[in-house]
Amino acid sequence: MMQLAVRAEPLLNVDNLVVEYGLGNKTVHAVSGVSFQVARGETLGLVGESGCGKSTLGRAVLQLRRAKSGRVLFDGEDLTAMEGEALRRMRRRVQLIFQDPIASLNPRRRIGDIVAEPLIIAGVKDAAERKRRVHEVLSAVGLDPDLVAGRLPHEFSGGQCQRICIARSLVLNPEFIVCDEPVSALDVSIRAQILNLLEEMKARFGLTLLFIAHDLAVVKAVSDRVAVMYLGRLCEVGPSEQLFARPAHPYTELLLQAIPVPDPDVRPAESVAGGEPPSPIAPPSGCRFRTRCPRADQRCSAEIPELRQVAPGQFAACHHPLA
Amino acid sequence: MSAPLLTIADVTVELPTPRGNLRAVDHVDLSLEAGRTLGIVGESGCGKTMLSRAVLQLLPKKAKLTGRVMFDGQDLVRLAPESLRRLRGRDLAVVFQDPMTSLNPVLTIGTQLMETIQEHLELDAPEARKRSIELLAAVGIPAPEQRLGQYPHQCSGGMRQRIAIAIALSCEPKLLIADEPTTALDVTIQAQILDLLAREQRRRHMAMIIITHDLGVVAGRADEVAVMYAGRVAERAPTSALFKRMHMPYTEALLAAIPKLDAAPHTPLPAISGRPPDPTRPLRGCSFAPRCRYATGRCREAKPALTSAEMPDHLYACFHPIQMAEGVGA
Ligand SMILES: Nc1ncnc2c1ncn2[C@@H]1O[C@H](COP(=O)(O)OP(=O)(O)OP(=O)(O)O)[C@@H](O)[C@H]1O
Ligand SMILES: Nc1ncnc2c1ncn2[C@@H]1O[C@H](COP(=O)(O)OP(=O)(O)OP(=O)(O)O)[C@@H](O)[C@H]1O
Ligand code: SF4
Ligand code: SF4
Ligand SMILES: [Mg+2]
Ligand SMILES: [Mg+2]
Repeated sequence: MMQLAVRAEPLLNVDNLVVEYGLGNKTVHAVSGVSFQVARGETLGLVGESGCGKSTLGRAVLQLRRAKSGRVLFDGEDLTAMEGEALRRMRRRVQLIFQDPIASLNPRRRIGDIVAEPLIIAGVKDAAERKRRVHEVLSAVGLDPDLVAGRLPHEFSGGQCQRICIARSLVLNPEFIVCDEPVSALDVSIRAQILNLLEEMKARFGLTLLFIAHDLAVVKAVSDRVAVMYLGRLCEVGPSEQLFARPAHPYTELLLQAIPVPDPDVRPAESVAGGEPPSPIAPPSGCRFRTRCPRADQRCSAEIPELRQVAPGQFAACHHPLA
Repeated sequence: MSAPLLTIADVTVELPTPRGNLRAVDHVDLSLEAGRTLGIVGESGCGKTMLSRAVLQLLPKKAKLTGRVMFDGQDLVRLAPESLRRLRGRDLAVVFQDPMTSLNPVLTIGTQLMETIQEHLELDAPEARKRSIELLAAVGIPAPEQRLGQYPHQCSGGMRQRIAIAIALSCEPKLLIADEPTTALDVTIQAQILDLLAREQRRRHMAMIIITHDLGVVAGRADEVAVMYAGRVAERAPTSALFKRMHMPYTEALLAAIPKLDAAPHTPLPAISGRPPDPTRPLRGCSFAPRCRYATGRCREAKPALTSAEMPDHLYACFHPIQMAEGVGA
């Protein structure tokens, strides 16, 4: 399975990225030294609980939030060092899809104009050409351009709004898209439609995706590899199937145990590890998961665990990985 | 079989809207015995919350309710407001998706707990305080004494939901309605809260209704499941029977559309096409017909009634039920 191996020249190479927020006189350690790669044509899933820094990481990759340190190499070029026109040109090659499709569409603009907007910003002056592109992407996401282009966002359901957002993100022919919880706000039945659509678009337009979600089953459905994040750091990265079958990090195992399975014969694991994530303002020393980890010992509070290979292509940041 | 604690009989809820009359709940019958858990599942807008509000008699002012809600021998629909108020919070408690719906942001947690307790039970202040601490400990709040003096905003979302549960449990309710109690929470916290509810329910022999859009949440935790679609109960059965053999095409489609952990990556999901009908424009036939792959002309002409075939407690509303044993059914 060659899709599992990160090929020599990854499209995206994130190196030791640190992102912080100021909060009064305190610092929120949102992303603390995260490194990963995404190969061309690959989907990397990013999971973790609320507040662990997924959106911050996604936005920092796209330079919508500048990192404090670290590098983001896209197709070999360091985005963190770019500014002005160079950065703008680069941004056309990358896009972002948000969780809340309705809120991310301007309620006063018509769908056709919303989808055409990136083209205008990118300087496509030919109106006929813009119209052609808008029609093309709207049809691609399963909407009838003649029926929808003239209408306003409130006339559409959440699922349809997400289709429109996807169309808008495709209109500049990007190579890479960060999907930030694109289906979390949608119903089960609509969620399946949108996940299938994303897979289809990925194949059709040769996209590379960073797919953020907190639902492990959703992430697994679309990802070649999965990265698990906890309180600003990566715990584990590996091929989806392998990571779910044999998690090496205790946090990955906890997440897997907590998922409600739609099968009454599978008894819910009584009392998965208790506690809640600590605050990213004062994260624990050493391993950030240690306050909830059943395996924690002294070394875990003294020493930050580095990501180490535990199986082919699978890396875990833990002093005492699961066998 | 003991007499049910709760019987919802032919309940319909209609709401006037600018687009016309909206039938949010459409002739629903359900019942629940003491100590049992009923899961109500369905997509957004199918009427789960309106149904639970009908039970609690907390409907929007303009809403029109018909039918009966028998709780512990009395019809709540005809009960005087004063008696209703006494009942709610005491025998009939509720936990909402957003704990801030039931918590007051300007009062300390201790005040809110003790107020509820003293309103319904004859306890003096020190006794109410002692009971508050016990309750907070029971729902897994560390250092409960210190928490009493804190405000809701000083707690995480998971903590707030625990506190809302403590308040709901404070007067030993006979029935607890939990409307998407964990939808806003992370999976690990969700599992903790669901465990907590199950444990307290067993301990108190309380009846519980869990409302959710996640079949996974009810699978391991409800005795019986009612699947709602477009304001109606589409299928209803003991949980194990339902998952073993679902008879409604809608239930089957809903389960199939959930991404499964044991499926290989990039497996296309069997999505349900389209979306539920506009509730102000009810269909003549089966509401699922436009999306159903088994639909026939008959389905578009008439509404299937809730019936049973093989097992009396497995009800479904479908002209062409699936997974029926040989020779039974339509
Ligand atoms: N603008 C901001 N100012 C201060 N703190 C922030 C800001 N944005 C995010 N944070 C904090 O940074 C941390 C990471 O937030 P982020 O939104 O990246 O998490 P997330 O994993 O995307 O969470 P969710 O699943 O809830 O979307 C959180 O503790 C959050 O409260
Ligand atoms: N105050 C209201 N006025 C008019 N219509 C309403 C009102 N509240 C809800 N509705 C409508 O009633 C129907 C049932 O809504 P309800 O809130 O019961 O759905 P639900 O199953 O709880 O959905 P969700 O999963 O989104 O909570 C929906 O069509 C909804 O739009
Ligand atoms: S490093 Fe220690 S605390 Fe962290 S996950 Fe591993 S065993 Fe647990
Ligand atoms: S009655 Fe007909 S349309 Fe409705 S669920 Fe059954 S087969 Fe489908
Ligand atoms: Mg986020
Ligand atoms: Mg609801």
